Amino acid sequence: MSEKNMKEIPASKFAFVDMSDRMHDRKLETKPVGYFKDVAMRFARNRGSVVAAGIIFLLVCFAVFVPIFAETTYSRALTDTMYLNYGKLPPKSKALAWLGLDGMAEYTVNTHDYYALRAIGEETGLDPVVEVYREAYQDPTASQNARFYDVKVDTYYRMGMLYLTMTPAEYEALQVWQDETGIQVIYPAVSDAKQTDPNVWYQADRKGAPTIKDGHLVPIYRTTTPTDTSYHSLRIPSDNDPEKPYAYAKVTGTASARSYVVRICKYNFFLYRYGFEPEFMFGTSARGQDILTRLASGARFSFLLALFVSSINLTIGALYGAVEGYYGGATDLLMERIADVLGGIPFIVVTTLFQLHLANKVGPIVALLFAFVLTGWLGMASRVRVQFYRFKGQEYILAARTLGASDGRLMFKHIFPNSMGTIITGSVLVIPGVIFSESSLTYLGIINLESSTMTSVGTMLANGRAYLSTDPYIIMFPALFISLLMISFNLFGNGLRDAFNPSLRGVE
Amino acid sequence: MLKYIIKRVLLMLMVFLIIVSMCFVLIKLLPTKPAIQFGKDMQLIEMRREALGYNKPLIEQYMIFVRRSLLGGDWGISESLYIGQEVMTKFLEKMPATVVVNSYTMLFATPLGLLLGIYAALRKNKWQDHIISVAVIVFVSVPSYVYAFLVQYFLSFRLKWFPFQMQPGYDFLSFKTFVSLVPAILSLGFGIVAGLTRYTRAELTEVLTSEFLLLARTKGLSRAQTTVRHALRNAMVPIFPMILGEFIGIIGGSLIIEQIFGIPGVGPLYVASVTASPPDYNFFMLLSAFYTLVGLVSGILVDISYGFIDPRIRMGSKK
Repeated sequence: MSEKNMKEIPASKFAFVDMSDRMHDRKLETKPVGYFKDVAMRFARNRGSVVAAGIIFLLVCFAVFVPIFAETTYSRALTDTMYLNYGKLPPKSKALAWLGLDGMAEYTVNTHDYYALRAIGEETGLDPVVEVYREAYQDPTASQNARFYDVKVDTYYRMGMLYLTMTPAEYEALQVWQDETGIQVIYPAVSDAKQTDPNVWYQADRKGAPTIKDGHLVPIYRTTTPTDTSYHSLRIPSDNDPEKPYAYAKVTGTASARSYVVRICKYNFFLYRYGFEPEFMFGTSARGQDILTRLASGARFSFLLALFVSSINLTIGALYGAVEGYYGGATDLLMERIADVLGGIPFIVVTTLFQLHLANKVGPIVALLFAFVLTGWLGMASRVRVQFYRFKGQEYILAARTLGASDGRLMFKHIFPNSMGTIITGSVLVIPGVIFSESSLTYLGIINLESSTMTSVGTMLANGRAYLSTDPYIIMFPALFISLLMISFNLFGNGLRDAFNPSLRGVE
Repeated sequence: MLKYIIKRVLLMLMVFLIIVSMCFVLIKLLPTKPAIQFGKDMQLIEMRREALGYNKPLIEQYMIFVRRSLLGGDWGISESLYIGQEVMTKFLEKMPATVVVNSYTMLFATPLGLLLGIYAALRKNKWQDHIISVAVIVFVSVPSYVYAFLVQYFLSFRLKWFPFQMQPGYDFLSFKTFVSLVPAILSLGFGIVAGLTRYTRAELTEVLTSEFLLLARTKGLSRAQTTVRHALRNAMVPIFPMILGEFIGIIGGSLIIEQIFGIPGVGPLYVASVTASPPDYNFFMLLSAFYTLVGLVSGILVDISYGFIDPRIRMGSKK
């Protein structure tokens, strides 16, 4: 301590810093922090907003890349009539099976349905019953004769059979494919002409209760003569009597326009037709549309619309607000009244009017865009106006004016950059609003954007609502998407607003 | 104050008139269906059209519209939705359901939102506040129809606590109807609770950190006393008008929820009148005017109530 006696430092210990005649300013050694860098730094400190920005990025990637990379021959065949046969398939993905996306469902079935499921497995080898939890139990609330089974079912195998009418060429092509791959698609016709259920290939009474002989179902395949050449291809193992081969198709039509009604296995037919085994990561809708690609294209539409609306509103609003705020007085008063009137019209009325007037002429999307633009810029205009009122009286503006700067230069070179933060935040916060309005309007059915090639998240939600209790996954993915989007946009917007707000600098 | 109110009301009426006139012209420009297609109601509708002066020039029609509809309250007859029925009667018939649902919602949402907001403000930057803040962000952002699906799926379908849709009938105040309305009230209320919580928390924290509160504490008031007597009263100045505006605004604002839960209110009427083919223009006209009025009135009430609660803020009164 005694060595560091600060009070009495001997003169010899002092040294001159600078002995030259002139003094120079040192150059700053640290890098200067500009406005936007400061904003970025303060934004980065807000962890929630950074995560939200990441989620938004992922959602945008989802919307951009999924329609490009996850397109399949199935999702591209948009007007295919086969679609309806593959409706309501739950999510299934080999890679994500551990998440529960395995296409399985648990059911309680009665004896008839249980045998029907078993029969599908026995005929095609694709057994829909994966696991039986409880076998043949009685339900005290049901009839004493009824027996129930708790089963885990592979819904993709449960699709079973389908009667399909084919032209001779299609029929031949399918047979050739069968021979090449060895996968059975066509199954024998049944002899019971009254049986309309394509899944029943066994003896059963009118109610569908099967006859069991020695613990097995009794097949009722229709047989034909050895000379019948309508079928040459793959045969199922029980078809081993050369005198009475099974008939594989019901031939109808005239000699010139023949058509074949065949019983096909839906699962294998999918493989034949689209080249891959059915597997939908997000499942299929009631109409058989692949939810993954459909949702992605709906999301892409929403994002594009929101970006477009946001940029148009930004331009109009900034110009309008700048003029209002800069000139003030009578101009401001008049323009504010116009904005008042426009702002007083409820958005839903604006949209409806535009739909009724323009939807037939320019299409519903453009009409929707007009509706968004008509009143959407008001918020931006009022924000910019306030900013202009704040800055136009300041000294630096007076100085610039004294130097002869024109009105336009003052507005856009001097004041405008100062309101940049408000404008950016405003246009980011517009995006979730647009997406929300769009999905609400399509949900209500006021705007119809649904077509075979296009959809919107709102329409998907509206279509899925009928299946809320039976197939909740149809509605789950669009709902999850829109919720995630809204949450992350709000978080992101709040983070931006705080970062751009200079009064919060150093407070956090 | 009175002068200010009169000024605001007159201005509002002017804006309302302009908007309604615009809507009138735009609706009149739309193609109308010939009365012949309405079958046996043809003559009735033809007569009504005659009485409303549909075959006269647009300016004269507008005069008739102002006299009969705006001032007389006769908005014509339904031409495609409820063929032959008075539009105004049908509208008034639908009104109670909407009002009941929204009143229940506000009754449940307002106290809850205020309490949560106050709690979060008092526990600022503690874990309780953080939990509430995260919940608020989630609940403010997620659209109300997503809650509706969740509530329907879990409470109605899985747990079977409530019916899927509102019980039919017109006894809106019975307990059974109330139970069947709970899913709708919850779905509507979540967003409002969250919004109110956020707002209350922001306002109250601002007041709690102000100097006059420190003065009150130094004068010997307990923390509870300062909070209730000083902080809350001051924080309520901006909060109360917000609640008021929300209440008025929500009357027109629950289109989707009413649709989902089968509530026979104004929202489904609007959607049905627009999506009917052809659209029912008379309903559309009336409901457009109604929604416009609701929006304008809620705005003006907010401004005026500011002046009533806090005499210091009488905007424009000294102009």
